[in-house]
Amino acid sequence: MTQLTTPPRPAVGLGTTRHLPAWAPYAALAVSAAFSGAVLALAGFNTAGWLVLTAVVFTVLLVSASRAVEGPRKATDRFVTSLVVGAFLLALIPLVSVAWTVVSNGAARFDVEFFTYSMRGIVGEGGGAAHAIAGTLIITAITTVISVPIGILTAVYLVEYGRGSVARTITFLVDVMTGIPSIVAGLFSVALFTLLLGPGVRLGIMGSVALCVLMIPVVVRSTEEILRLVPHELREASYALGVPKWRTVVKVVLRTSVAGIGTGVTLAIARVIGETAPLLVTLGVTSAINYNPFDGRMSTLPTFAWFSYATPTLPVEASIDRAWTAALVLVILVMLFNLIARIVSRAFSPKTR
Amino acid sequence: MKRSTLAAAALPAAVVLTLGLSSCAANEPGGSDAGSTDTASSAATELTGTLNGAGASSQQAAQQAWIAGATDASPDLQVNYDPQGSGAGRTQFLSGAVQFAGSDAYLKDDELTQAQTRCEGGNAIDIPAYVSPIAIAYNLEGVDDLKLSPETIAQIFDGKITTWNDPAIAADNAGVSLPATAINPVHRADESGTTANFTDYLSKASNGAWTYEPGQEWPAPGGEAAQGTSGVVAAIGATAGSIGYADESQAQDLGHVQVKVGDGFVGPTAEAAAKALDEATPASGRPAGDIALDINRTPSASDAYPVILVSYLIGCTSYADAADAANVKGYFTYVTSEAGQEAAASAAGSAPLSESLRTQITTSLESIQTS
Amino acid sequence: MSTTTPTRPPAATNAVRQRPGDRIFKGVATASGLAILVILAGVAAFLLYQAYPALVAPAADIAGGEGFWKYTAELVFGTALSAALALVIGAPLGVGIALFITHYAPRKLAAPLGYVIDLLAAIPSIVYGLWGVFVFAPALVPIYAWLADNLGWLPLFAGPVSSGRTMLTAGLVLAVMILPVITALSREVFRQTPTLQQEAALALGATRWEMVKYAVIPYGKSGVVAASMLGLGRALGETMAVAAVLSVAGGVTFNLISTQNPGTIAANIALQFPESTGLGVNLLVATGLVLFVITFLVNFAARAIVARTSKG
Repeated sequence: MTQLTTPPRPAVGLGTTRHLPAWAPYAALAVSAAFSGAVLALAGFNTAGWLVLTAVVFTVLLVSASRAVEGPRKATDRFVTSLVVGAFLLALIPLVSVAWTVVSNGAARFDVEFFTYSMRGIVGEGGGAAHAIAGTLIITAITTVISVPIGILTAVYLVEYGRGSVARTITFLVDVMTGIPSIVAGLFSVALFTLLLGPGVRLGIMGSVALCVLMIPVVVRSTEEILRLVPHELREASYALGVPKWRTVVKVVLRTSVAGIGTGVTLAIARVIGETAPLLVTLGVTSAINYNPFDGRMSTLPTFAWFSYATPTLPVEASIDRAWTAALVLVILVMLFNLIARIVSRAFSPKTR
Repeated sequence: MKRSTLAAAALPAAVVLTLGLSSCAANEPGGSDAGSTDTASSAATELTGTLNGAGASSQQAAQQAWIAGATDASPDLQVNYDPQGSGAGRTQFLSGAVQFAGSDAYLKDDELTQAQTRCEGGNAIDIPAYVSPIAIAYNLEGVDDLKLSPETIAQIFDGKITTWNDPAIAADNAGVSLPATAINPVHRADESGTTANFTDYLSKASNGAWTYEPGQEWPAPGGEAAQGTSGVVAAIGATAGSIGYADESQAQDLGHVQVKVGDGFVGPTAEAAAKALDEATPASGRPAGDIALDINRTPSASDAYPVILVSYLIGCTSYADAADAANVKGYFTYVTSEAGQEAAASAAGSAPLSESLRTQITTSLESIQTS
Repeated sequence: MSTTTPTRPPAATNAVRQRPGDRIFKGVATASGLAILVILAGVAAFLLYQAYPALVAPAADIAGGEGFWKYTAELVFGTALSAALALVIGAPLGVGIALFITHYAPRKLAAPLGYVIDLLAAIPSIVYGLWGVFVFAPALVPIYAWLADNLGWLPLFAGPVSSGRTMLTAGLVLAVMILPVITALSREVFRQTPTLQQEAALALGATRWEMVKYAVIPYGKSGVVAASMLGLGRALGETMAVAAVLSVAGGVTFNLISTQNPGTIAANIALQFPESTGLGVNLLVATGLVLFVITFLVNFAARAIVARTSKG
């Protein structure tokens, strides 16, 4: 009798018919925020504590509600969703904080003079970083032009051609290279050029060489990882059409993975453009513009920012402001590169859908 | 081959941006002259070419001012100074990589011997150029005026005195209400001439309360370590109850301890530092023309501030290249001139060289010549 | 699972004839690989040459007076501790963010959100250092004080708390710095997972998490490990940020929230190098060599893990 009238318990799994309504997460969020606020109002309110407590209460509330209504599988799903979203929100905190620090401190000197003046003959207030901006662009461009082809071709070799002990050795060496501390790369460059040109030589190209040592392995590792993901069917289809292997690699394999390679290269650039330690020992310091990386000292944004911060002239605020603005310009430059890389890789990547 | 997205992207961008900048900065020769160009200079003759130096980072701010002044008088001269550290500066100078060095310590005896090869048979000479009072800076709410004896300072930095209301501190500060805040002593994490001079002061003036060897690296355990003068100043400013040591000019937002000298207390000022410099004695066994000084940490003058840093310019008495000799001589002359010292004082807050010392320096610089 | 796992293309694809273009291209690629060999030989030769005097010097001549290995052991501990903290915090977060961007966020938002995280990589390390000193470390002091008061019985949180320039702060800053590295690569890997399998899983009634668990993560595992190891490599070698943020007093301790911390190899080189001469320089280069070996071992382990998982 009773069997017939009682509605069957919702089966766990495939047959689940009961769902939490779509507004349930928002309601849970509102409830937990209010609850946490109330609890902390008793214990002494602070924003950070409130946010943390809200997140915890929200997760517990939603997951237990889901478990009661939708069953354990859905509950686990919601739990993981909360975790994943939480991870993203958590990462935004330092990002926003760093961005705010750099922008608010850097805005003070973000003016025309900063981009049109160097520091030659300037003491105290005023002056700019034209020399450092030029240096950063030149040195990074040279580094990229050397590292990216070598890096990508090495990855191609490892994935498409490399067999046996030579490939294993190169893989091994790329790994070893990833571990070179940046300052050691700088020292290596100094030792190399001292050997070639005598002691005390300081050139823009020395900085590029040091940065290449750091950049090449990053490009190789990320490109290699992406190339290995290209489905083998694509290659075979190409071979089946009689396309030579090298054209297959260039037109199919590299073309398919251009977006991923672009991301990897952009990250590699972002890594080396902000490097300070190796440039401190290879470039020397100068306050004037130098466009020639093969003759004389150069200044770059990271070293300029570092010296302005570490050894300020009076008034100290003027130097510190210059340091922050240099950092801001550096960040903007990297963002620009990022953007350009994205646009280019989108333009080149195969149209799939 | 559309192989490398970024080579394709970065290069034109770099070129465009580089060309976007004027081919020369507005303040450089060739551009419209708008830089600050009214600094006086006493460099006697027009100097040309490039003069490279390397060394102590403590001099960097002053060097920037000196370079600005010297190149103002001689527009064809380009002077560069790498603040890589005293040790690196001396090494580079001895290897012939740079024409002069800046150093927080004068050349050691074995370095003087090595220098004879580098100096074409001449000698290397130390010229005092930059004198800076080291402030013992603190961050303590409500205490604007703090007097400490060297013994107390040594015990604070050694971790023996741990709270601000310690009887030893109170004894020197009658009438000041000291909080029970814990003391957070801050020292330099990197090796530095500032640490060397501060520890030298502690070991010579504290009557045995400081038991560690003076040196460039901080010797005592405990305390907070921070990188560079800026790092120390930031660390002191960030934590209430902190005390540390830093160049006076860069610690202006913090309270400065008045240290006990004789029976009185003296704060870090340029004048008091100059007084202490007057009582420095020449180091023994130095070659002719070398002006290496040993600072008296317990001066007799009651208004002398003994916690000072003396930083040197190091050059040769003879250079193979005539232009190098002229440039070094001209630059050193400007740096130690009244105008040069004033430029450093306004840019880096340094203390001036005394008249007698300057006369001595002028004589030494006369000996610089082409071999 | 293993059917679509990409494998190396068979050595001699019989359908392909050798053409001049092939030979040239192969030659260029091989030359690039060999160029790496040459560069590295140069670096290694330089490192060994410079490090050798410190390795054979009598113990008393080494800073600290107790010999090279004692001097290095402490730094190795500090390096490992800070990097491990960074990885423990950064890797799960990074993978979580990558999943969020590829499989949870609304489609239209995915690309911009990915870009936002990439911005973290755009920030140079000295900026992280300055931010760490001026903003982050002071902000953490109340949290450390709370930890010391409530969890002080754990050796990790023994305190005493004075400023925020602690090992945990260094670990957190490093975690933020390696986050974009881990996220960016994991994201690419997750995005490349075969859509067919994911759709099949969903069609069978799997929840989103089950789909991710069975159709995304196994596929991307080796990529995630590789990404984490790249991140770990960066954390191990990070110089300027650690030099600025970490207060070093020497000694081996697991106390994460005091200012008495062991240093790290890279930061120690940056801090001590400028004023070092003679044997001091050799000593620092020798510690650099040790860092080199450690990072290599980490990478080697990663390779082994990747090789094992991709075989299955």
